[in-house]
Amino acid sequence: MRRRQPQQGVPMPLEFEKPIEELEAKIAELEGFAASSGVDLSGELQVLRERLAQLKTETFEKLSRWERVQLARTPGRPTTLDVIAGIMTEFVELYGDRTYGEDPAVVGGLARFEGTSVVVVGHQKGRDTKENIRRNFAMPHPEGYRKAMRLMDLADRFGRPFISFIDTPGAYPGISAEERGQAWAIAQSIQRMARLRVPAIAIILGEGGSGGALAIGVGNRVLILENAWYSVISPESCAAILWRDAREAAKAAEALKLSAPDLLSLGVVDQIIPEPSGGAHRDPATAIANIKQALAVNLEDLLKLGPEELFEDRYRRFRGLGQYQS
Amino acid sequence: MALERLFRRRRAQGEARDIPELWVKCPKCDAQIYKKNLESNLHICPKCAHHLRMPANKRIEMLADAGSFEQTTGLKPTDPLGFVDTEPYLKRLERYQKEAGRPDAIVGGRCTIGGVESMLLVMDYAFAGGSMGSVVGEEITRGVELAAQENRALVIVSVSGGARMQEAALSLMQMAKTTLALDRLWAKRLPYVSILTDPTTGGVTASFAAIADVILAEPGALIGFAGPRVIKQTIRQDLPEGFQRSEFLLKHGMVDQVVDRRKLKATVTTILRLLHPRTVNHAE
Repeated sequence: MRRRQPQQGVPMPLEFEKPIEELEAKIAELEGFAASSGVDLSGELQVLRERLAQLKTETFEKLSRWERVQLARTPGRPTTLDVIAGIMTEFVELYGDRTYGEDPAVVGGLARFEGTSVVVVGHQKGRDTKENIRRNFAMPHPEGYRKAMRLMDLADRFGRPFISFIDTPGAYPGISAEERGQAWAIAQSIQRMARLRVPAIAIILGEGGSGGALAIGVGNRVLILENAWYSVISPESCAAILWRDAREAAKAAEALKLSAPDLLSLGVVDQIIPEPSGGAHRDPATAIANIKQALAVNLEDLLKLGPEELFEDRYRRFRGLGQYQS
Repeated sequence: MALERLFRRRRAQGEARDIPELWVKCPKCDAQIYKKNLESNLHICPKCAHHLRMPANKRIEMLADAGSFEQTTGLKPTDPLGFVDTEPYLKRLERYQKEAGRPDAIVGGRCTIGGVESMLLVMDYAFAGGSMGSVVGEEITRGVELAAQENRALVIVSVSGGARMQEAALSLMQMAKTTLALDRLWAKRLPYVSILTDPTTGGVTASFAAIADVILAEPGALIGFAGPRVIKQTIRQDLPEGFQRSEFLLKHGMVDQVVDRRKLKATVTTILRLLHPRTVNHAE
């Protein structure tokens, strides 16, 4: 497990991870003692390791939606740049929206995936507090979406598949963002992505916060990591409005049905990418390998379709979403 | 999504319903306005010209040519998530339906506007603050598709607190669905005029409302992505005077014109006649 940096609003370890981490620490301590003293503790260690395995199974197999939300936010989870570095080669990062500025909350560029040249875009969280501040906690301004649209243009012009990684609490709610047309940028980005004549695959890595996520989420296929969430509003904001108390976020998370299995049954996502036991942050390499495999399979499928077929396929995918009675 | 404000206001209205409301206080200049005078004045304050919220039916009366409107909407909402907060969603829906007198937050249909064959869709703030769930998304989408099939211009009047929380991810998907549908219209070069009224925020602004050929806003309307309360909480500062109002958006280049309600029909008519392919050779 990677060393985790403390971050605002994320208790560390997570409440339900505490007994596990305590037991892990105890085992490590005993192992250290056994190695340095030469005392044979293999019997005791064996018992403790079995208990640890059992505890993990019990904890991780019945995670609530709110616990999953916390996992989705936990530091050490693979970010967009981690995934790009892990599954792609020849990454050339491209900056700026050619209109106003450069938004570090959204990264993107050219890369090669399994031999195919692709255009890639994603929300970027910081891997420590300093970077998080620089990247505005992955909450884009309009220029972030305008950068994404510029890269969609590039994908279309050169016929390269467009891969997006979603991981944002939401588009930034601030004065500057409103002045520069946050709603306009999101709407235009949704429309631009819908119009792509190349394969488009969106992968929700962690947080799928509302319109700010959807702006780069109009894929032919939308995949989601097992513990990621995707919703019209964050559990805290939903709780603040409907329960008039942000501390009711756990209840809101349940009501919003924002977990990967919920979204799969609603047809909002097409496939769940499994995470290592306990969440992607416990074993990022395995999580990244799973992403690579899922992306490869879906891309291979979509590469069989022509430009207009891809456009129509995407139209049909989203046209059918919603439930109502006539 | 600044829905809290809406719910609070609704409650206040509910309590006051026993007393016949003959007078309305202008929220801008505090003038007491005789309700009938307000209604005959397109819900504009006769003293200060503040544009009060206008009921959806009145909007249709104002924009559609007399006798031309033929309603096409009527889908009913469901509770896809079994959503329960302090009250089950189904209970809320029942109440909204009673209050608004329609199945969901939208009404629309075929009509002519200044003689131009059109599809007019009007959101209804009286229903759950005009929030967009599956029904609003589907009605907008069907309206756009119908306009494309029948070579009609499209006019949408938006008023909305944003996407509807109780349908969660499905509400979010309506942003994509409606936006995608507009491509069908654009492919046939049919004009789409989006009218933003007070308030238009969240997922409605960030989808179909913001990507029209021409975007008009009523004076003083609150228009934006995030609601002012959320922004205030985030930045922990007071918001500048006039922030997120129509005139602010005009100044920042986000809307084409701010149009007084009394001139709205004339303005829309002119735009539709100039852009609609069938009127190109015989405009007045």
